[in-house]
Amino acid sequence: MSIFDYFRSKKTGNTAAAAKERLQIIVAHERGQRKQPDYIPQMQQEILDVIRKYVKVDQDDVSVQLDDSNNCSVLELNITLPD
Amino acid sequence: MAKIIVVTSGKGGVGKTTTSAAIGTGLAMQGHRTIIIDFDVGLRNLDLIMGCERRVVYDFVNVINGEASLSQAVIKDKRTDNLYILAASQTRDKDALTQEGVQKVLDELSTNYDFIVCDSPAGIEKGAQMALYFADEAIVVTNPEVSSVRDSDRILGILQSKSKRAEQGKEPIKEHLLITRYNPSRVNDGEMLSVSDVEDILAIPLLGVIPESEAVLKASNQGAPVILDSQATAGQAYSDAVQRLLGDEIGHRFLNVEKKGFFKRLLGASA
Ligand SMILES: Nc1ncnc2c1ncn2[C@@H]1O[C@H](COP(=O)(O)OP(=O)(O)O)[C@@H](O)[C@H]1O
Ligand SMILES: [Mg+2]
Repeated sequence: MSIFDYFRSKKTGNTAAAAKERLQIIVAHERGQRKQPDYIPQMQQEILDVIRKYVKVDQDDVSVQLDDSNNCSVLELNITLPD
Repeated sequence: MAKIIVVTSGKGGVGKTTTSAAIGTGLAMQGHRTIIIDFDVGLRNLDLIMGCERRVVYDFVNVINGEASLSQAVIKDKRTDNLYILAASQTRDKDALTQEGVQKVLDELSTNYDFIVCDSPAGIEKGAQMALYFADEAIVVTNPEVSSVRDSDRILGILQSKSKRAEQGKEPIKEHLLITRYNPSRVNDGEMLSVSDVEDILAIPLLGVIPESEAVLKASNQGAPVILDSQATAGQAYSDAVQRLLGDEIGHRFLNVEKKGFFKRLLGASA
Protein backbone atom coordinates (compact mmCIF):
# COMPACT_ATOMS: atom_id res chain seq x y z
CA MET A 1 0.00 0.00 0.00
CA SER A 2 1.49 3.33 -1.04
CA ILE A 3 1.29 6.49 0.98
CA PHE A 4 -1.35 7.78 -1.44
CA ASP A 5 -3.50 4.75 -0.81
CA TYR A 6 -3.22 5.51 2.87
CA PHE A 7 -4.58 9.02 2.52
CA ARG A 8 -7.16 7.80 0.07
CA SER A 9 -8.47 5.20 2.46
CA LYS A 10 -8.51 7.76 5.27
CA LYS A 11 -10.65 10.04 3.22
CA THR A 12 -13.25 7.66 1.83
CA GLY A 13 -12.96 4.57 3.98
CA ASN A 14 -11.73 2.67 0.90
CA THR A 15 -14.65 0.33 0.51
CA ALA A 16 -12.99 -1.27 -2.53
CA ALA A 17 -10.27 -2.71 -0.28
CA ALA A 18 -12.94 -4.24 1.94
CA ALA A 19 -14.66 -5.69 -1.13
CA LYS A 20 -11.44 -7.28 -2.33
CA GLU A 21 -10.67 -8.81 1.04
CA ARG A 22 -14.17 -10.27 1.42
CA LEU A 23 -14.09 -11.64 -2.13
CA GLN A 24 -10.72 -13.31 -1.63
CA ILE A 25 -12.04 -15.19 1.39
CA ILE A 26 -15.37 -16.30 -0.06
CA VAL A 27 -13.93 -17.25 -3.45
CA ALA A 28 -11.18 -19.36 -1.85
CA HIS A 29 -13.80 -21.09 0.31
CA GLU A 30 -16.12 -21.80 -2.62
CA ARG A 31 -13.28 -23.11 -4.77
CA GLY A 32 -12.38 -25.52 -1.99
CA GLN A 33 -15.95 -26.77 -1.86
CA ARG A 34 -16.10 -27.25 -5.63
CA LYS A 35 -13.19 -29.65 -5.49
CA GLN A 36 -14.83 -31.78 -2.82
CA PRO A 37 -16.37 -35.09 -3.84
CA ASP A 38 -20.18 -35.17 -3.93
CA TYR A 39 -20.42 -37.42 -0.89
CA ILE A 40 -18.96 -34.85 1.55
CA PRO A 41 -22.25 -33.09 2.53
CA GLN A 42 -23.99 -36.44 3.16
CA MET A 43 -21.03 -37.75 5.12
CA GLN A 44 -20.92 -34.54 7.15
CA GLN A 45 -24.59 -35.01 8.05
CA GLU A 46 -24.08 -38.62 9.10
CA ILE A 47 -21.05 -37.78 11.24
CA LEU A 48 -23.09 -35.04 12.87
CA ASP A 49 -25.92 -37.50 13.59
CA VAL A 50 -23.54 -39.90 15.29
CA ILE A 51 -22.02 -37.17 17.46
CA ARG A 52 -25.46 -35.94 18.39
CA LYS A 53 -26.27 -39.31 19.88
CA TYR A 54 -23.76 -38.44 22.60
CA VAL A 55 -23.40 -34.65 22.82
CA LYS A 56 -25.55 -31.68 21.95
CA VAL A 57 -23.90 -29.85 19.02
CA ASP A 58 -25.22 -27.49 16.36
CA GLN A 59 -24.93 -27.84 12.60
CA ASP A 60 -22.26 -25.10 12.51
CA ASP A 61 -20.20 -26.81 15.21
CA VAL A 62 -19.01 -29.48 12.81
CA SER A 63 -16.91 -28.76 9.76
CA VAL A 64 -15.55 -31.31 7.34
CA GLN A 65 -12.83 -30.19 4.97
CA LEU A 66 -11.02 -32.18 2.34
CA ASP A 67 -7.60 -30.79 1.48
CA ASP A 68 -6.09 -32.04 -1.73
CA SER A 69 -2.48 -30.95 -1.76
CA ASN A 70 -0.03 -32.53 -4.19
CA ASN A 71 -0.33 -36.28 -3.85
CA CYS A 72 -1.93 -36.52 -0.44
CA SER A 73 -5.55 -35.92 0.59
CA VAL A 74 -6.35 -35.00 4.18
CA LEU A 75 -9.84 -35.20 5.58
CA GLU A 76 -10.12 -32.69 8.38
CA LEU A 77 -12.93 -32.99 10.89
CA ASN A 78 -13.52 -30.15 13.31
CA ILE A 79 -16.04 -30.42 16.11
CA THR A 80 -16.58 -27.73 18.68
CA LEU A 81 -17.91 -29.39 21.82
CA PRO A 82 -19.99 -27.40 24.26
CA ASP A 83 -18.26 -26.69 27.56
CA MET B 1 -14.39 -25.54 -38.46
CA ALA B 2 -15.81 -22.56 -36.58
CA LYS B 3 -14.42 -21.45 -33.26
CA ILE B 4 -17.20 -21.38 -30.67
CA ILE B 5 -17.02 -18.50 -28.17
CA VAL B 6 -19.43 -18.23 -25.25
CA VAL B 7 -20.10 -14.88 -23.60
CA THR B 8 -21.03 -15.71 -20.02
CA SER B 9 -21.06 -14.25 -16.49
CA GLY B 10 -23.33 -15.97 -14.02
CA LYS B 11 -24.85 -12.66 -12.91
CA GLY B 12 -27.47 -10.94 -15.06
CA GLY B 13 -27.31 -7.41 -16.39
CA VAL B 14 -23.53 -7.15 -16.49
CA GLY B 15 -23.19 -6.67 -20.26
CA LYS B 16 -23.22 -10.11 -21.93
CA THR B 17 -25.59 -9.16 -24.73
CA THR B 18 -23.87 -5.79 -25.27
CA THR B 19 -20.57 -7.71 -25.48
CA SER B 20 -21.85 -10.48 -27.77
CA ALA B 21 -23.17 -7.87 -30.20
CA ALA B 22 -19.96 -5.81 -30.08
CA ILE B 23 -17.47 -8.67 -30.31
CA GLY B 24 -19.47 -10.53 -32.97
CA THR B 25 -19.68 -7.36 -35.06
CA GLY B 26 -15.97 -6.67 -34.53
CA LEU B 27 -14.97 -10.16 -35.70
CA ALA B 28 -17.11 -9.75 -38.83
CA MET B 29 -15.58 -6.32 -39.50
CA GLN B 30 -12.18 -8.02 -39.49
CA GLY B 31 -13.40 -10.24 -42.32
CA HIS B 32 -14.38 -13.33 -40.34
CA ARG B 33 -17.70 -14.94 -41.16
CA THR B 34 -19.50 -14.73 -37.81
CA ILE B 35 -22.86 -15.73 -36.38
CA ILE B 36 -24.17 -14.56 -33.00
CA ILE B 37 -26.67 -16.91 -31.34
CA ASP B 38 -29.03 -15.77 -28.59
CA PHE B 39 -29.30 -18.59 -26.01
CA ASP B 40 -31.58 -16.60 -23.69
CA VAL B 41 -34.75 -18.62 -24.24
CA GLY B 42 -37.85 -16.63 -23.29
CA LEU B 43 -35.91 -13.37 -22.99
CA ARG B 44 -34.88 -12.66 -26.57
CA ASN B 45 -32.93 -9.37 -26.65
CA LEU B 46 -29.95 -9.73 -28.95
CA ASP B 47 -32.26 -8.91 -31.89
CA LEU B 48 -33.06 -5.50 -30.35
CA ILE B 49 -29.43 -4.69 -29.61
CA MET B 50 -28.51 -5.66 -33.19
CA GLY B 51 -31.48 -3.73 -34.61
CA CYS B 52 -33.01 -6.69 -36.46
CA GLU B 53 -36.04 -7.35 -34.21
CA ARG B 54 -38.55 -6.83 -37.01
CA ARG B 55 -36.83 -9.34 -39.26
CA VAL B 56 -37.10 -12.32 -36.90
CA VAL B 57 -39.39 -14.93 -38.45
CA TYR B 58 -37.97 -18.20 -37.17
CA ASP B 59 -35.75 -18.78 -34.16
CA PHE B 60 -33.22 -21.20 -32.68
CA VAL B 61 -35.88 -23.54 -31.24
CA ASN B 62 -37.77 -23.65 -34.57
CA VAL B 63 -34.57 -24.95 -36.18
CA ILE B 64 -33.99 -27.53 -33.44
CA ASN B 65 -37.59 -28.75 -33.76
CA GLY B 66 -37.29 -29.00 -37.53
CA GLU B 67 -39.96 -26.32 -38.06
CA ALA B 68 -37.54 -24.19 -40.09
CA SER B 69 -34.22 -24.68 -41.81
CA LEU B 70 -31.12 -22.81 -40.71
CA SER B 71 -31.14 -20.73 -43.88
CA GLN B 72 -34.71 -19.65 -43.11
CA ALA B 73 -33.91 -18.71 -39.50
CA VAL B 74 -30.51 -17.05 -39.82
CA ILE B 75 -30.73 -13.28 -40.29
CA LYS B 76 -28.09 -11.48 -42.33
CA ASP B 77 -26.99 -8.23 -40.69
CA LYS B 78 -27.79 -5.18 -42.81
CA ARG B 79 -24.87 -3.00 -41.69
CA THR B 80 -21.93 -5.35 -41.43
CA ASP B 81 -20.75 -7.86 -44.02
CA ASN B 82 -19.98 -11.41 -42.87
CA LEU B 83 -22.34 -11.01 -39.88
CA TYR B 84 -25.37 -13.18 -39.09
CA ILE B 85 -27.79 -13.52 -36.17
CA LEU B 86 -29.89 -16.40 -34.84
CA ALA B 87 -32.62 -15.21 -32.47
CA ALA B 88 -33.69 -16.90 -29.24
CA SER B 89 -37.13 -18.41 -28.96
CA GLN B 90 -39.77 -16.56 -26.94
CA THR B 91 -41.23 -19.82 -25.66
CA ARG B 92 -41.71 -20.16 -21.92
CA ASP B 93 -40.53 -23.77 -22.12
CA LYS B 94 -37.07 -23.60 -20.58
CA ASP B 95 -36.30 -27.13 -21.80
CA ALA B 96 -36.78 -26.19 -25.45
CA LEU B 97 -33.03 -26.34 -26.01
CA THR B 98 -31.76 -29.90 -25.88
CA GLN B 99 -28.10 -30.83 -25.97
CA GLU B 100 -28.59 -32.98 -29.09
CA GLY B 101 -30.55 -30.17 -30.76
CA VAL B 102 -27.93 -27.55 -30.00
CA GLN B 103 -25.17 -29.91 -31.11
CA LYS B 104 -26.91 -30.51 -34.44
CA VAL B 105 -27.28 -26.79 -35.15
CA LEU B 106 -23.70 -25.97 -34.11
CA ASP B 107 -22.33 -28.81 -36.25
CA GLU B 108 -24.20 -27.52 -39.26
CA LEU B 109 -23.05 -23.91 -38.65
CA SER B 110 -19.50 -25.02 -37.95
CA THR B 111 -18.70 -25.83 -41.57
CA ASN B 112 -20.01 -22.45 -42.73
CA TYR B 113 -18.65 -19.92 -40.26
CA ASP B 114 -15.32 -18.85 -38.74
CA PHE B 115 -16.82 -17.79 -35.40
CA ILE B 116 -19.96 -18.75 -33.51
CA VAL B 117 -20.63 -16.33 -30.63
CA CYS B 118 -23.04 -17.69 -28.01
CA ASP B 119 -24.83 -15.04 -25.91
CA SER B 120 -25.55 -16.84 -22.61
CA PRO B 121 -28.54 -16.27 -20.35
CA ALA B 122 -27.86 -15.30 -16.73
CA GLY B 123 -27.48 -17.91 -14.01
CA ILE B 124 -25.33 -20.99 -13.59
CA GLU B 125 -28.05 -23.54 -14.21
CA LYS B 126 -29.24 -25.34 -17.32
CA GLY B 127 -29.65 -22.41 -19.72
CA ALA B 128 -26.20 -21.03 -19.03
CA GLN B 129 -24.70 -24.53 -19.11
CA MET B 130 -26.26 -25.18 -22.52
CA ALA B 131 -24.69 -21.98 -23.90
CA LEU B 132 -21.20 -22.88 -22.70
CA TYR B 133 -21.24 -26.66 -23.18
CA PHE B 134 -19.74 -26.76 -26.69
CA ALA B 135 -17.46 -23.70 -26.32
CA ASP B 136 -13.81 -23.56 -27.34
CA GLU B 137 -13.28 -20.18 -25.68
CA ALA B 138 -15.18 -18.20 -23.04
CA ILE B 139 -15.43 -14.47 -22.47
CA VAL B 140 -16.29 -14.01 -18.80
CA VAL B 141 -18.00 -10.62 -18.49
CA THR B 142 -17.45 -9.12 -15.04
CA ASN B 143 -18.42 -5.82 -13.44
CA PRO B 144 -16.04 -4.49 -10.76
CA GLU B 145 -18.48 -5.29 -7.99
CA VAL B 146 -18.65 -8.09 -5.39
CA SER B 147 -21.58 -10.19 -6.61
CA SER B 148 -20.49 -10.09 -10.23
CA VAL B 149 -16.93 -11.19 -9.38
CA ARG B 150 -18.19 -14.03 -7.19
CA ASP B 151 -20.58 -15.23 -9.90
CA SER B 152 -17.80 -15.06 -12.48
CA ASP B 153 -15.76 -17.39 -10.30
CA ARG B 154 -18.70 -19.78 -10.09
CA ILE B 155 -19.13 -19.81 -13.86
CA LEU B 156 -15.37 -20.49 -14.20
CA GLY B 157 -15.95 -23.57 -12.03
CA ILE B 158 -18.68 -24.71 -14.42
CA LEU B 159 -16.54 -24.06 -17.51
CA GLN B 160 -13.88 -26.26 -15.91
CA SER B 161 -16.18 -29.12 -14.93
CA LYS B 162 -19.44 -29.16 -16.90
CA SER B 163 -18.35 -28.29 -20.45
CA LYS B 164 -17.89 -30.82 -23.23
CA ARG B 165 -14.15 -30.20 -23.20
CA ALA B 166 -14.00 -30.87 -19.45
CA GLU B 167 -16.19 -33.97 -19.63
CA GLN B 168 -14.14 -35.46 -22.45
CA GLY B 169 -10.80 -34.56 -20.86
CA LYS B 170 -9.83 -32.39 -23.83
CA GLU B 171 -7.79 -29.20 -23.71
CA PRO B 172 -9.74 -26.86 -21.40
CA ILE B 173 -11.85 -23.96 -22.64
CA LYS B 174 -9.68 -20.89 -23.16
CA GLU B 175 -10.84 -18.29 -20.62
CA HIS B 176 -10.83 -14.51 -21.12
CA LEU B 177 -11.70 -11.88 -18.54
CA LEU B 178 -13.63 -8.87 -19.82
CA ILE B 179 -14.24 -6.19 -17.21
CA THR B 180 -17.13 -3.93 -18.21
CA ARG B 181 -18.75 -0.79 -16.79
CA TYR B 182 -15.39 0.28 -15.41
CA ASN B 183 -15.23 3.70 -13.81
CA PRO B 184 -11.61 4.84 -13.27
CA SER B 185 -12.60 7.83 -11.20
CA ARG B 186 -14.48 5.71 -8.66
CA VAL B 187 -11.53 3.30 -8.61
CA ASN B 188 -9.27 6.27 -7.79
CA ASP B 189 -11.57 7.21 -4.94
CA GLY B 190 -11.36 3.69 -3.51
CA GLU B 191 -15.03 3.07 -4.24
CA MET B 192 -14.65 0.46 -6.97
CA LEU B 193 -12.52 -2.66 -7.38
CA SER B 194 -9.61 -1.97 -9.73
CA VAL B 195 -8.64 -4.04 -12.77
CA SER B 196 -5.79 -5.61 -10.82
CA ASP B 197 -8.09 -6.39 -7.86
CA VAL B 198 -10.40 -8.36 -10.16
CA GLU B 199 -7.45 -10.00 -11.94
CA ASP B 200 -5.97 -11.04 -8.57
CA ILE B 201 -9.18 -12.74 -7.53
CA LEU B 202 -10.23 -14.45 -10.76
CA ALA B 203 -6.70 -15.18 -12.01
CA ILE B 204 -7.49 -15.51 -15.72
CA PRO B 205 -5.99 -13.53 -18.64
CA LEU B 206 -7.45 -10.07 -19.25
CA LEU B 207 -9.06 -9.60 -22.66
CA GLY B 208 -10.17 -6.03 -22.13
CA VAL B 209 -11.64 -3.32 -19.97
CA ILE B 210 -14.77 -1.57 -21.22
CA PRO B 211 -15.42 1.74 -19.48
CA GLU B 212 -18.83 2.78 -18.23
CA SER B 213 -20.07 4.83 -21.15
CA GLU B 214 -23.19 6.73 -22.15
CA ALA B 215 -22.62 5.53 -25.68
CA VAL B 216 -23.83 2.02 -24.72
CA LEU B 217 -27.35 3.21 -23.93
CA LYS B 218 -27.40 5.38 -27.05
CA ALA B 219 -26.31 2.41 -29.16
CA SER B 220 -28.99 0.16 -27.70
CA ASN B 221 -31.63 2.85 -28.28
CA GLN B 222 -30.72 2.79 -31.95
CA GLY B 223 -30.18 -0.94 -32.30
CA ALA B 224 -26.58 -0.55 -33.43
CA PRO B 225 -23.80 -2.40 -31.57
CA VAL B 226 -21.62 0.09 -29.67
CA ILE B 227 -18.46 -1.07 -31.47
CA LEU B 228 -19.74 0.79 -34.54
CA ASP B 229 -19.43 4.04 -32.56
CA SER B 230 -15.73 4.62 -33.14
CA GLN B 231 -15.87 7.95 -31.29
CA ALA B 232 -16.97 6.33 -28.04
CA THR B 233 -14.52 4.99 -25.48
CA ALA B 234 -16.60 1.82 -25.10
CA GLY B 235 -16.60 1.28 -28.87
CA GLN B 236 -12.83 1.69 -29.03
CA ALA B 237 -12.28 -0.59 -26.04
CA TYR B 238 -14.39 -3.30 -27.70
CA SER B 239 -12.36 -2.93 -30.93
CA ASP B 240 -9.18 -3.44 -28.91
CA ALA B 241 -10.67 -6.54 -27.27
CA VAL B 242 -11.47 -8.01 -30.70
CA GLN B 243 -7.87 -7.42 -31.81
CA ARG B 244 -6.62 -9.24 -28.71
CA LEU B 245 -9.07 -12.09 -29.26
CA LEU B 246 -7.53 -12.46 -32.71
CA GLY B 247 -4.07 -12.66 -31.17
CA ASP B 248 -2.73 -9.11 -31.31
CA GLU B 249 -0.95 -7.90 -28.20
CA ILE B 250 -2.05 -4.33 -27.69
CA GLY B 251 -2.05 -2.18 -24.57
CA HIS B 252 -5.13 -1.41 -22.50
CA ARG B 253 -6.70 2.04 -22.72
CA PHE B 254 -9.22 3.96 -20.59
CA LEU B 255 -7.88 2.57 -17.31
CA ASN B 256 -7.15 5.98 -15.85
CA VAL B 257 -9.16 9.09 -15.27
CA GLU B 258 -9.12 11.12 -18.44
CA LYS B 259 -7.74 14.58 -17.88
CA LYS B 260 -10.21 16.80 -19.60
CA GLY B 261 -8.56 19.40 -21.78
CA PHE B 262 -9.68 23.00 -21.76
CA PHE B 263 -11.86 22.68 -24.86
CA LYS B 264 -13.41 19.44 -23.75
CA ARG B 265 -14.34 21.01 -20.44
CA LEU B 266 -15.71 24.02 -22.24
CA LEU B 267 -17.82 21.86 -24.51
CA GLY B 268 -18.76 19.46 -21.74
CA ALA B 269 -17.86 16.50 -23.95
CA SER B 270 -18.60 13.17 -22.37
CA ALA B 271 -17.50 9.58 -22.86
N1 LIG C 1 -19.95 -0.30 -20.69
C1 LIG C 1 -21.21 0.03 -20.34
N2 LIG C 1 -21.50 1.30 -19.98
C2 LIG C 1 -22.76 1.65 -19.63
N3 LIG C 1 -23.80 0.82 -19.62
C3 LIG C 1 -23.60 -0.47 -19.97
C4 LIG C 1 -22.29 -0.93 -20.35
N4 LIG C 1 -22.38 -2.26 -20.65
C5 LIG C 1 -23.69 -2.61 -20.47
N5 LIG C 1 -24.43 -1.55 -20.08
C6 LIG C 1 -25.86 -1.52 -19.77
O1 LIG C 1 -26.15 -2.54 -18.83
C7 LIG C 1 -27.40 -3.12 -19.05
C8 LIG C 1 -27.30 -4.62 -19.17
O2 LIG C 1 -26.56 -4.97 -20.33
P1 LIG C 1 -26.78 -6.34 -21.12
O3 LIG C 1 -25.75 -6.39 -22.19
O4 LIG C 1 -28.21 -6.48 -21.53
O5 LIG C 1 -26.45 -7.37 -19.95
P2 LIG C 1 -26.73 -8.95 -19.86
O6 LIG C 1 -26.87 -9.49 -21.26
O7 LIG C 1 -25.52 -9.48 -19.15
O8 LIG C 1 -27.98 -9.12 -19.04
C9 LIG C 1 -27.95 -2.47 -20.31
O9 LIG C 1 -28.85 -1.45 -19.95
C10 LIG C 1 -26.71 -1.87 -20.97
O10 LIG C 1 -27.03 -0.74 -21.73
MG1 LIG D 1 -28.41 -10.71 -22.13
